[in-house]
Amino acid sequence: MLYLGENHIVEENQPAVIASDMIPLIALAGQPNMGKSTLFNLLTGLNQHVGNWPGKTVERRDGHFTLNGRTVRLVDLPGTYSLTANSPEEVIAREFILSERPAVTIAVVSAANLERSLYLVAEMAALDAPMIVALNMLDVADQEGIVVDVAALEAELGLPVLPIIASKAVGVRKLLDVVDGVIDGTILTHPQSPRIRDDHVDVLSAIEELVAAYVPAGYPVDWVSLKILEGDSDITGRMQAALPADTWKAVHNILARHDDAFLAVASARYEWIGRIIQRVISHPKVGQIGWTERIDRWATHPIWGLVLLASILGFVFWVVFSISAPVQQWLDGVAIAALADWTAGALSSAPVWLRGAVIDGFIGGVGSVITFLPVLVIFFAAFAILEDVGYMARAAYVMDNFMHVMGLHGKSFLPLFLGFGCNVPAIMGTRVIDSWPARLLTILIAPLVPCTARMAVVAFIAPAFFGRKAFWVTWGIVLMSLFILVLLGALLNRTVFKGQRSSFIMEIPLYHVPNARTIGLLVWQRTISFIKKAGTSILAISMVVWVLSYLPGGDLNSSYLSRLGHVFEPIGSWMGLDWRLSIALLTSFAAKENIIATLGVLFGGTAESGLSVALASAYSPASALAFLVVAVLFIPCAGTVAAMRQETGSWRWVLISIGLMLLISIIFGVMVFHIARSIGL
Amino acid sequence: MQLNNNEMILSEVKAGDDVVIRSFCGGVRMNHRLASLGFTPGARLRMVQNFMHGPLIVFVRGTRVALGRGEAARIIVNRG
Repeated sequence: MLYLGENHIVEENQPAVIASDMIPLIALAGQPNMGKSTLFNLLTGLNQHVGNWPGKTVERRDGHFTLNGRTVRLVDLPGTYSLTANSPEEVIAREFILSERPAVTIAVVSAANLERSLYLVAEMAALDAPMIVALNMLDVADQEGIVVDVAALEAELGLPVLPIIASKAVGVRKLLDVVDGVIDGTILTHPQSPRIRDDHVDVLSAIEELVAAYVPAGYPVDWVSLKILEGDSDITGRMQAALPADTWKAVHNILARHDDAFLAVASARYEWIGRIIQRVISHPKVGQIGWTERIDRWATHPIWGLVLLASILGFVFWVVFSISAPVQQWLDGVAIAALADWTAGALSSAPVWLRGAVIDGFIGGVGSVITFLPVLVIFFAAFAILEDVGYMARAAYVMDNFMHVMGLHGKSFLPLFLGFGCNVPAIMGTRVIDSWPARLLTILIAPLVPCTARMAVVAFIAPAFFGRKAFWVTWGIVLMSLFILVLLGALLNRTVFKGQRSSFIMEIPLYHVPNARTIGLLVWQRTISFIKKAGTSILAISMVVWVLSYLPGGDLNSSYLSRLGHVFEPIGSWMGLDWRLSIALLTSFAAKENIIATLGVLFGGTAESGLSVALASAYSPASALAFLVVAVLFIPCAGTVAAMRQETGSWRWVLISIGLMLLISIIFGVMVFHIARSIGL
Repeated sequence: MQLNNNEMILSEVKAGDDVVIRSFCGGVRMNHRLASLGFTPGARLRMVQNFMHGPLIVFVRGTRVALGRGEAARIIVNRG
């Protein structure tokens, strides 16, 4: 393999022999919005696995593909703007390069935004690891009138630079050939990295001398010293622990005299980048107004931006309910019913309890999950398109002001938005929030976003009692839930979180045409992850509910579940709920849409049209209204609880959330019931 | 915070105006995050959007970046 760059040595013979049982490891690094994921998806397709980095709630994407006849492993490092420890992402990215020693790291940069994207390259070059640069988004650069001199960039960086358009799979073949060459050792890279500014050279070498003997193996001494000088919390903490007390004191004294060192280091990087940019970039067309700017005059406007966001939200809901509702009904009425019938036939000679367990417990649970999937898939798709186009940053931006009421900022809006589809991905989606208190607060208020499952319950019961006014009742309940969300957020912020705030600093990326592969994979992964996380817990709880409804005598009215319902009846009676409605609420813990199924069983007929008539004659509108309010505000479902446990890492916050939601649902249930009665409902 | 004649805080810069960053008066974490997005002393900024309330958008080193008002108030700039 020959690579004819100017600054790296080309060796004709293959010196490095790689053991055949060793799969070469490639890392993909880059800042957010540089097309890193697009390249990852392009290379690995469905041969990828999404998980977490060990001990962290940071997404890890691992994949493999065939490179010139051999299998290689590709790890997608978290997208970070720098390698200085501000969040777990930066630490993960650099630790991976330093300790896993990938055979080559591909740094993805954007030709349309070279100045900023080279900042990460400047940091990575100091890690002393084999690296090549993928110069992505040539098409966007072209539209913006930016021309990059690739050969000059290679010479400046001392690294192979491969121009690509990841979204159109252009240039990837050549990129891979160079990757292959670096793995085999036929292409050697000699990364250039910025020097520290003259006024800090002595300081840096003083630190280097002090720490050199204590730097862990595999870490470049100059890099560790630079990070200490920059005030990197992770490295500083680790070196403080490793150094003898008096040596640390000497280091500390130097740092105390140079508290501006961080800016000197960062500025030196940008000066270095600035000189490179001057040599490699030319702007034949200047001053033209791009697409992004034109759209953003509306999309980020404080009033029109909100109008646009509301319209987009409305449109998404309209699509979700008009497309998925019939599919859902078909699945429930035809596919699941057929499966239940077929199973009943197959199990006709089995004991009654087994038949019940399989049909009502197992298939019922599976049905809950499956009939809910179309809604979720459409919602995920809408969300993925908005994300990929670049709109989500605008949504966060226009919502920022409003989110301040709760001490949060714009980014917290994104997971809450996803919560309208399902609370489970909303809880996982809080990962976009940088600070832990803000993330925790968002997790605690997220269950107050009414998900599609709860909306389905409201949409079924409201018309039975309120006829044509059902639409307004539904809207009223949604608005009330969101109002409580804001109230709870503001309250928690002022009490538990004591007004702590993280800073709102967010890139507003250029708009671009959505990429079908990126969107498809995102929807696929989120759906799979929902099935794994929520599906299993929904299934388990639904089996438990069935067992409780069957034992001891095989009759629902004398079952443990019914006894449980009677235990809760006194509380239920405060808001006009009898034992049956109380049981329906309890079973909604498995999955919110179970309310309908449970009521169906309790009222003896499974036909849904019959059920609404039966309900309307059994309860007053005041009871029904209170029931709907409680159903929407009730404790988070099993899937959400599982997600909360995973993301907060403890049961403590999960229990707090359950307690809060229980309290809120009772307070508002009682209030609504009494108000409704007093106005004669 | 003492401002010299020519200095102002970023949140008071009008849309369309060009300024140069002088210094920061936020915390270390905020400074790190700002620097990684291109905000360093000497960097040129253009205010893209500022309605004098709520967040604002600046153009820095080829990127549009949204800043909260509180964050922008901790960045001291010079008229360019």
